[in-house]
Amino acid sequence: MLAFNFFGATEGGLFDINATLPLMAIQVVALTYILNSLFFKPVGNVVEKREKFVSNNIIEAKNKLSEVKKLEADLLTQLQSARTEAQRIVSEAEDESDKLYKEALELANNEANASKEKTRLEIESQTSAARDQLSKQADDLSELIVNRLILEK
Amino acid sequence: MFFNSLLTNFAALEVGQHLYWQIGNIRLHGQVFLTSWILLGSLLVFISLGTKKMENDPKGLQNLLEFLWDYIRDLARTQIGEKVYRDWMPFIGTLFLFVFVSNWGGALIPWRLIKLPSGELGAPTADINTTIALALLVSLSYFYAGLSNKGWRYFEYYVHPTPIMLPFKILEDFTKPLSLSFRLFGNILADELVVGVLVFLVPLILPIPVMFLGLFTSAIQALIFATLAAYYIGEAVEEHH
Repeated sequence: MLAFNFFGATEGGLFDINATLPLMAIQVVALTYILNSLFFKPVGNVVEKREKFVSNNIIEAKNKLSEVKKLEADLLTQLQSARTEAQRIVSEAEDESDKLYKEALELANNEANASKEKTRLEIESQTSAARDQLSKQADDLSELIVNRLILEK
Repeated sequence: MFFNSLLTNFAALEVGQHLYWQIGNIRLHGQVFLTSWILLGSLLVFISLGTKKMENDPKGLQNLLEFLWDYIRDLARTQIGEKVYRDWMPFIGTLFLFVFVSNWGGALIPWRLIKLPSGELGAPTADINTTIALALLVSLSYFYAGLSNKGWRYFEYYVHPTPIMLPFKILEDFTKPLSLSFRLFGNILADELVVGVLVFLVPLILPIPVMFLGLFTSAIQALIFATLAAYYIGEAVEEHH
């Protein structure tokens, strides 16, 4: 008893343990239940609901982001294939036009050559004809000269 | 001469005097209940106000309460572990809030202005009955937590690394509530006494830093009490491999 009674007082003292102890324990247990229903549960519900909401949104955003990335990659491959296709078409068209050009050039060349040849031949024949005529006229003229000389004698 | 007057003055601080309530055959320390009712009543009013209109976008008081809730959850989760902390969070939180509100209420409210026929109002945690009640509740809790989670395998904890530990582990079951209750009681009572004596000797300015120190101690003691309680529960439910 002495241990519970120092600091002098005949009654009480610092270590005076009595029914305050169990009643305080009951009070704290009651407080636990009251605070649980008044504070921990409602606040917990709100906070956890929000945390769920946020994490759901994050997951959703991540899904969307990966979808966007997939679509982007898809588009990129599509773009690349379109580009190569376009390049192929362009080069094909270039080849085609080149061929056509060459063909047309050859055709024109041939035509020009042919007409040149024809003209040359024509000129040649005309030249020979003119020459023939000229030599015939020369013959006639010489015959005429000879005849006149002979007659004068 | 001075020492003598100091002693009489010290006695005037009414250490160890109580306001007794006699109910039938039992005697209670009335001042402890009075202050605890006032403080817990204001705590409950504060919490009811803050949780009255809960919104998804917290405003004002709800913010503070959510911060408090988060703080207590972190405390319980780190000490007890992910698996069962939910069951014990209200208890740990109540211990923290009770001790914190009692300590700070005892230090901040000028109780001395209210005269009692015997004893004086002060922090409920400066009474040994309160702290022993809290400590015994913690002891019961960790026994209950261990037994309900692991059944009889809970007692493996007593021989866990080696059976040599058995006497020490049994001794621990007694030292845990003893240290819990006396740490809190001693700190808060000492703080009240130091402030009381200083106010008595030098009524101006000098006690103020000590009062701030007392507020700091009070908050730390609340945190220590709740953390240790959570740690003991966590130790009891921990699985050994």
